[in-house]
Amino acid sequence: MNEAPLSLATTLRRLEEIVRALEAEDADLDRALELFEEGVVALRLARERVAEAELRVQRVLEEAGGDLRVADLDV
Amino acid sequence: MPPRRGSGFDGADLFGAAPPPPGPPEPRQTAYSVTEVTGLLKAAVEGALGQVWIKGELAELRPHQSGHWYFTLRDAEAQIRCVMWRTYVQRARSRPAEGAEVFMLARPTFWEERCELRFTAVTILPTAGVGEQQLAQLQVRDALAHDGLFDPARKRRLPPYPETVALVTSMDGAALRDMATVARRRWPAVRLLVIGAAVQGDPAAQDLVRALGIVNRLAVDVCVVGRGGGAREDLAAFDTEPVCRAIAAVRVPVVCAVGHETDVTLADLVADVRAATPSAALELVLPDRAEVGGRIAHLGARLAQPLRRGIHLAAERLFRSEDRLRHAVVAGIRRDRDRVARLGGLLDALSPLRTVARGYAIARDPDGRVLRRVADLPSGTAFRLQVSDGSVPARVEGTA
Repeated sequence: MNEAPLSLATTLRRLEEIVRALEAEDADLDRALELFEEGVVALRLARERVAEAELRVQRVLEEAGGDLRVADLDV
Repeated sequence: MPPRRGSGFDGADLFGAAPPPPGPPEPRQTAYSVTEVTGLLKAAVEGALGQVWIKGELAELRPHQSGHWYFTLRDAEAQIRCVMWRTYVQRARSRPAEGAEVFMLARPTFWEERCELRFTAVTILPTAGVGEQQLAQLQVRDALAHDGLFDPARKRRLPPYPETVALVTSMDGAALRDMATVARRRWPAVRLLVIGAAVQGDPAAQDLVRALGIVNRLAVDVCVVGRGGGAREDLAAFDTEPVCRAIAAVRVPVVCAVGHETDVTLADLVADVRAATPSAALELVLPDRAEVGGRIAHLGARLAQPLRRGIHLAAERLFRSEDRLRHAVVAGIRRDRDRVARLGGLLDALSPLRTVARGYAIARDPDGRVLRRVADLPSGTAFRLQVSDGSVPARVEGTA
């Protein structure tokens, strides 16, 4: 049911790792550029996630057969 | 496996069914020893009943100098002899009066040495001070504690950035609206999945258990069980054993928010986190977007910093390399030039022309071959003589 391919927690954790690796100064420029590019993507993902403005509220209903159905809910 | 205590649903079976007592032993030819008989009786008696709550009239209370209490509990039909060890006596808040009606939590103990049955008491509460509901709660608490459901080591941490949160609450209460309001303000990126349940009245316990079961079928990161404030008796469902066990069985961390500042329900104690109100629960569960935004901005700044420095360093290194390269090339060229000059000199020194210049002459036949020996020059031979500035024709006259 989870649509997000990568959770914000994972993204931020990766971003922290990248920043720390870059700050460690032992990466050569090629590697640093690679990390930087990945970091930029992670940063964009994280920003998008935080900027999401529309709260989704859904109701979970159990059908007669026991299946679950999810319906949008206006709260 | 010991019998699981209090797994019943309706409260009548709070302490679980004791295993059936062992049947009478097989008839045998030889006589039993006394020890064998008392051993069998002990197993049968103690196996018949675990620790149970018993209601009766307290009588013949004899505090012993050792600190233990010996007494009898009775009703109109029967009586049982009981002992409460000093450790438990010390925990008792007050000494119950003789003749008082009490609830006693005790287990049967068979003393083989004297073939006597006594109940070993753990707790005695005067019924006057304890409502039936309170007793029920005590019984449930005892069963849950026995199974370790209040154990702090069980408590799970809330995930830092939940993607999906399950809300078990009433569909028409203010609690749901309050929780959505907090989510909208604090972390609208979250998805709230609401599982409606009755939160008070008779069907509440069963309905909450059903809803909590549904939570386990959903991909959620955390679960909030909440209801708005109400009278203490409205919260009864949250003191029931089935609801507490259902909360403990939820696979993700559970926040219990039954809207009561003062009274703590058993569900609050079993849950991983307790919140005073449903709104407070969402405050605990959801990150604050302003805070997270700040953290991301900070990470962004830190991300660019080392690379900028890295590029600067690399550029410097490149300049230095270029310089060294230029130096190397120039030095190489100079070295080559010197070498050419030196080789030129050497070549010059070895050239026959230099010798000729010093006054020697070279004799060559018409084909240009150098004539070195007498034999090369028989009488009458025509040849050319090379001197420093050219050559002249010559002829051999006479013999050597």
